[in-house]
Amino acid sequence: MLNKENLEKATALFARYPEKKAALLPILWIAQEQEGWISTDMMKYVGDLVGVPYAHVMGVVTFYTMFNDKKLGRHHIEVCTNVSCMLRGSDKIVAAAEKVCGTKLGSTSADGRFTLSEVECMGACGGAPMLAIGEEYHEHLTAEKAEQILTNLK
Amino acid sequence: MEKYILPEIPNYHQIDVYEQHGGYAALKKVLQMKPDEVIEEVKKSGLRGRGGACFPTGMKWSFMPKGNERPKYLAVNGDESEPGTFKDRQIFELNPHMMIEGILIGCYAMGITSAYIYIRGEYGKWIRMVDKALADAYAKGYIGQNILGTGFSTNIYTHKGAGAYICGEESALMNSVEGDRGYPRIKPPFPAQKGLWSSPTTINNVETMTNVPLIINKGADWYSKIGVAKHPGPILVGISGHVNRPGVYEVPTGVPLLTLINDPQYGGGVPGNKRIKAVIPGGSSTMVLRGENLEGVNMDADSLKAAGSSVGTAGLMVMDEDTDMVRVLARIAHFYHHESCGQCTPCREGTGWLEKMLHRFEHNEARQADVDMLVNVANQIEGNTICALGDAAAWPVQSFVKRFREEFEKRVRTAEHSAA
Repeated sequence: MLNKENLEKATALFARYPEKKAALLPILWIAQEQEGWISTDMMKYVGDLVGVPYAHVMGVVTFYTMFNDKKLGRHHIEVCTNVSCMLRGSDKIVAAAEKVCGTKLGSTSADGRFTLSEVECMGACGGAPMLAIGEEYHEHLTAEKAEQILTNLK
Repeated sequence: MEKYILPEIPNYHQIDVYEQHGGYAALKKVLQMKPDEVIEEVKKSGLRGRGGACFPTGMKWSFMPKGNERPKYLAVNGDESEPGTFKDRQIFELNPHMMIEGILIGCYAMGITSAYIYIRGEYGKWIRMVDKALADAYAKGYIGQNILGTGFSTNIYTHKGAGAYICGEESALMNSVEGDRGYPRIKPPFPAQKGLWSSPTTINNVETMTNVPLIINKGADWYSKIGVAKHPGPILVGISGHVNRPGVYEVPTGVPLLTLINDPQYGGGVPGNKRIKAVIPGGSSTMVLRGENLEGVNMDADSLKAAGSSVGTAGLMVMDEDTDMVRVLARIAHFYHHESCGQCTPCREGTGWLEKMLHRFEHNEARQADVDMLVNVANQIEGNTICALGDAAAWPVQSFVKRFREEFEKRVRTAEHSAA
């Protein structure tokens, strides 16, 4: 369930659109920011709030890669491996991240600290290679820099 | 050349600084004009969309029905997900008010009362920057009810995407705004007849809108003389890959690709002075060009078309002589397979086939017949899907095999040798 403050934020969004359904993505964002992921119960709750069936909400959540229907590790590390990053050595960033996080690309470390994902182009090609920790972009990386940044995460 | 879209003025993203340098003067000017005069001016300027398709902006605006029987909407496309493209992010960060001013001018010209700036979800930080700029513009009375006392009202909101390349396709973007999966719609009906909530809608790219105040302030004649005549204006070129100075550079259209790559004020040359093996001129979906064929090829729609590619989003990816073209194409194929929305069989299945086949090439397991089969599969996707993602997946394959066939055949021979 959304907490009181977030419920107010969510309902305020309805005024932006002629139909309530349009607030679905923004409200799912609020839900995910609150919980870190979107559970089945949350999908049902958001569906009721927006006035669409649970199946519709699940369809949307599973379509968009940024909505998580599973819990992630404490830190979500995303390494771009698309062309511009690949040309500038993203292989080495992946290797460094796998080493520090102790888990392979596409998985969560056993201690639950890191979820490591391959990500498609994040629009940081001028700062390639790059990785993102949550919303924070880290660009112009070397393997050493990547290792250092990740090692410093608690 | 002087810079207009990304001027080097400290704190230009702040509304006060923007106003001190003439910001929102174009809006004030437009509010004294008739809406049709505004559309005429944009038409006359020759501005073409900066999102990839190069469609004339003024003409697009003129497709919107007159009158207000139904509400009309504007969607501003800041999904920016084409690999190699990172220009709109610069506008959000460095010049959001010029974009907002352009949006307001578009709204006035087309009689629109709600605009949505659709920004990719990964740009959370930049969405907050735009939200701040919007709040400041609301506070100054540039957005909202009865703008500057003229009786004209419009609202502008950001709408955050959630990680789907396909939402950069205009009809998928509209579905995403409406709270659905980002599935492209069959056209016709076109958005100007039936777009957001079945009402007339225009979709313009972020950079396109940022050009509009310039046209109003300085006049269509002035604007149309920047760069090349058929595709005029300043353009943001994102240079990435094997260059010394990757980044976004504002140039007039028509600058030679070799200048963009080698000039010390732009790409600054290839590291280690290596030879350029290939460039992808306008984001990953545009056709690859061989390095030795770049002489006389310029960054504008006609020149790149003549060279057998397209300007796309002007995201120029440079590859040096050591680049493994098979691996690059395999990575591109992986991307399009990942991003196919799954509606149309040729794209859903075909992009998967392409990825699997290219995986075989990458690991020296391909057969000779696979070289032509790659192109065959790509040909069967192209033109057979609801939206252009199918084409975007096919073009790289067709052009890589056509222009670097020897690299694909080399991978075959290794396989046949090891089999023998």
